[in-house]
Amino acid sequence: MKAYLTRRYMFSASHRLHSDAFTDEQNRATYGKCNNPYGHGHNYALEVTVSGQVDQRTGMVCNLVDLDAFVEREVLDRFGHEHLNALPEFAGEVPTTENLCTSIYEIVQRGFTLAHLEKVRLEETMMNSFEYAGGQESRI
Amino acid sequence: MVYLTRKAEFSASHYYHNPEFTPEENRRIFGKCNNPNGHGHNYTLEVTVKGEVDPRSGFVVDLKQLKDILHREVLDAMDHRFLNKEVPEFFTQIPTTENLAIAVWRRLAPKLQAAKLHRVRIYETPDLFVDFYGEA
Repeated sequence: MKAYLTRRYMFSASHRLHSDAFTDEQNRATYGKCNNPYGHGHNYALEVTVSGQVDQRTGMVCNLVDLDAFVEREVLDRFGHEHLNALPEFAGEVPTTENLCTSIYEIVQRGFTLAHLEKVRLEETMMNSFEYAGGQESRI
Repeated sequence: MVYLTRKAEFSASHYYHNPEFTPEENRRIFGKCNNPNGHGHNYTLEVTVKGEVDPRSGFVVDLKQLKDILHREVLDAMDHRFLNKEVPEFFTQIPTTENLAIAVWRRLAPKLQAAKLHRVRIYETPDLFVDFYGEA
């Protein structure tokens, strides 16, 4: 039997939305308040969904301890309480929540081998969220 | 096609233990969840059904009927129970959230008529949930 397990995590980080491809006016017009040079922060809520056959011996898709340890080490420690623009991951990229969401997907997809990554969902605030399923349609 | 989700809550206790594992393996794999006296959760269950909207009633499914089935088949059996000892599926299977979602699906799917069961989602805590779509 195939099941999908979703785990929710929290981290806080700051960012500034600014693209070198735009003029200052264009940056202000495009990003508004988010273009403030001093940056601003969010409490991000991250949902990681993995899938797989339920192991008959353990009743699990994968051991939560392993998933938690991986996400803690590779995602929360990397991005939590950081200024995202200063990180190498966003050296040539605007740290929008779209780009953060796909970055986290790539990290988990490459590094976590104990279950199949289905999707990453990232809430920037309670009012907006982003999902990335590696280019696949997201399932209801 | 319209999808309709009904939510319900129940509280139950469980513990994780596989008699084929040694006590050390059980403790290593299941950690605190291996405590034989059990521990409990407030589960939130979301049942999603899908179907065409009946032009006469405007319904995908009669919510009252869905609620009755949910109560009879799942909540009456699992709410305020020790899953390992009181719910037959878990006499032989470990009552993880994955197996709980599968058990709920198996209880509900044959009882639904007009609408088709699409997804069973169970939150063990607000930070952890499992989806089951009836896939082998």
